[in-house]
Amino acid sequence: MSDLSHQFIEQINTARSEGQQLDIVGFGSKGFLGRRPQGQRLELTGHSGIVDYQPIELVMTVRAGTSLGEIEHALAQHNQMLAFDPPHFSDQASIGGTLACNQSGPGRPWCGSVRDMVLGTRLINGKGELLRFGGQVMKNVAGFDASRLQAGAMGCFGVITEVSVKVLPKPDATITLMSEMSASLAITTMNELGRHAIPLTAACWIDGGLYLRFSGLQSVLNETVKQCISTLPSAAKPLDEADQFWRDLRDHRLEFFAGESPLWRFSLQSNADHFLPDQHWLIDWGGAQRWLKTDALLADTNIERMEQVAVDGNGQVSLFRGGDRSGEVFHNQTSALKTIHQRLKKSFDPEGLFNSGRLYSWL
Amino acid sequence: MTALNQPQVSATLLASLVGQLSEFIDPENIIVDAESKKPYECDGLSMYTQMPLLVVLPETIEQAQKVMRLCHRESVSVVARGAGTGLSAGAMPCENGVLLSLAKFKDILEIDPVGRFARVQPGVRNLAISEAASAYGLYYAPDPSSQIACTIGGNVAENSGGVHCLKYGLTVHNIIQLQVLTVDGELITLGNLGLDACGFDLLALMHGSEGLLGVITEVTVKLLPVPKKAQLVMAAFDNVQAAGNAVSEVIAKGIIPAGLEMMDQIAIRASEDFCHAGYPVDAKALLLCEIDGAANEVQEHVAIIEALFKSLGAISVRVSKDEKERQLLWKGRKSAFPAVGRISADYYCMDGTIPRGQLAYVLTEMEKLSGYYGLRVANVFHAGDGNLHPLILFDANIEGEFKKAELFGEAILQLCVEVGGCITGEHGVGMEKISQMPEQFSDQELSQFHGIKAAFDPAGTLNPGKGVPVLKRCQEYRSINAANKAERR
Repeated sequence: MSDLSHQFIEQINTARSEGQQLDIVGFGSKGFLGRRPQGQRLELTGHSGIVDYQPIELVMTVRAGTSLGEIEHALAQHNQMLAFDPPHFSDQASIGGTLACNQSGPGRPWCGSVRDMVLGTRLINGKGELLRFGGQVMKNVAGFDASRLQAGAMGCFGVITEVSVKVLPKPDATITLMSEMSASLAITTMNELGRHAIPLTAACWIDGGLYLRFSGLQSVLNETVKQCISTLPSAAKPLDEADQFWRDLRDHRLEFFAGESPLWRFSLQSNADHFLPDQHWLIDWGGAQRWLKTDALLADTNIERMEQVAVDGNGQVSLFRGGDRSGEVFHNQTSALKTIHQRLKKSFDPEGLFNSGRLYSWL
Repeated sequence: MTALNQPQVSATLLASLVGQLSEFIDPENIIVDAESKKPYECDGLSMYTQMPLLVVLPETIEQAQKVMRLCHRESVSVVARGAGTGLSAGAMPCENGVLLSLAKFKDILEIDPVGRFARVQPGVRNLAISEAASAYGLYYAPDPSSQIACTIGGNVAENSGGVHCLKYGLTVHNIIQLQVLTVDGELITLGNLGLDACGFDLLALMHGSEGLLGVITEVTVKLLPVPKKAQLVMAAFDNVQAAGNAVSEVIAKGIIPAGLEMMDQIAIRASEDFCHAGYPVDAKALLLCEIDGAANEVQEHVAIIEALFKSLGAISVRVSKDEKERQLLWKGRKSAFPAVGRISADYYCMDGTIPRGQLAYVLTEMEKLSGYYGLRVANVFHAGDGNLHPLILFDANIEGEFKKAELFGEAILQLCVEVGGCITGEHGVGMEKISQMPEQFSDQELSQFHGIKAAFDPAGTLNPGKGVPVLKRCQEYRSINAANKAERR
């Protein structure tokens, strides 16, 4: 529960003078993401604690090493939540890592992502400068949005030390329905539902079942859900233990995610056609996030081949877990974008100290 | 080396550019004479003017690309312009630079009602998107007050907000893909039709970048289903503190209104005179709280809010009975700027953001400043997200009065920063607030911004002089700001 910013600046300055590279780590729950890390560890977990939380402002400011559990507990005291419902891939996960890896839960299409909710950051760049971007207010267009730029940058720009996020009230109640149908029909159904102003807050398909979560006022939710059931193509029934189901989906604890097989993540146009239908799929985010577990039959899969099918769905792919972590694991960039990436990285981290090669081999 | 003759250089450059542009652009779309260039000398902030070397209006992306390549080759600066409704002189031209108007890119290219997105050209008006999507029961959520006129390309460049962004987010939350021309004329795509992309989030970075990083040539926006019902609760208060407190209490109830706006007495009276919405002109502060969603949920939330406002001392509460009344009540708020324009020769609109809890303090301080400068101020406020729009009333025909208005404005922005807010919520820095940037950012932070700019535009020819101040001026700006502040005390 203390501020270690100055310790980090010292470690960065030492690394720079000694020509070492740094590997920024929180609780390590997302260590499997990206390419294989290298360099001396710079550990964030000691740098934790809630700096400021005013429930009526709907804003919380926390040190980057603070665990999601601690944050969610504090918010729950005021009936609030992180609307992006971030995954906890192990017992503890940090808010800094959540932002750096841009990780959001099943409600993302309706409730926003961590990238959407971040209002401000403090970051130490490669020159050892502690910089403050954005702020604690909802709207701020002074200067470039270097806070959202951290989302998904995998720590390439520097050490995020503090994060301010927008928080939201918890819904009064939720109901989850399950309806059996094929993956293709589920994609059609999820997109069709998305066209109507109904309180849908999660939609996923797995093992022949479409799961739909609705959130809102208890007093009116039953009525809303009843109307929705009548529009579904097959019978639907309420799911017991639904909170556990969505948590397990979010944290990748469902049976689908077990084992060592390579796990591919497709981020696509939500109504893109279903493809490779013989493979093992989990379709989330109303069709916009699709997980593919490749088996032996697809042993020759490589990122180039996956990229082609992702582009056909107007999206991108990454090798989320497993497989060869020394090759490229994120969708490639065009040469013009590659140049911009390299120049941006250099502007923050001229000597390439932070998480080198974690995002791309050339970055 | 002797100093070059500036007008002669311009004339030579102009002739050369016009000659080269005429090879691929209809000469009718190349404007060089002073009279025709005049409308382009400023954006919505008309106090800041500059004539460009020439104005060019390409009709195809290929033409725009060639313009960029040409200017890059000739080291000529480029300022992109949409509808010119911006309020921070962000689209003010550059002397000896090209003003690139995107006004001819007005096509809606695709609407996918199932995937719920629209792919449009940058010169499409904000409201035109929702109008086109309405056939499918969909709309584009961000609704800046200028939505009838402002274009989507400019909305991205400024990261525009609007009265509904507390619930539905800013422009950055509602755009999934952009096509952008880089300074050297390369066409790049940022984002995709999914919800995120690999690598750095350049899509987010482009939002609010004020034309400093690239020229937006295509925008794919998210479309949302039109809520089944929307209802407005209007509450009048006899003091500003009570109204500010009521805003916090709505949030504390766990309700996120679609819009939550506040107006002070000068703004209430001006708006009422202008559009006769039935605003209570004796009130010191007026809250407009909109709830939308499923019909039964709206009904329940409206009842809670109505009771809440009454319990917090509202002197009157009115709930819109139908769509016509809801639109009428909004009309007063949405036309607050022109309404204030009728009670004063000129007004200067500020755009600071503050934590909601500081509202009463900031308004009280602003009243003191109003007395100090001898200028009236009307306040309209996106109360839900803490974005203030103080309108400083002045008369440009009175010698020195605009200068006074500017100093008053600077003082308000300093106040916003002091209470933990920022100098601009949605209008951008542009040319106008460049000297305020060092109030909010350190030299190291500003230097990092220059680094970001250089990653896209190493030679600095895209909208130069806007957005981020040059470092060597910052100390001077800080000294001047501090001196002005000391004088007020």
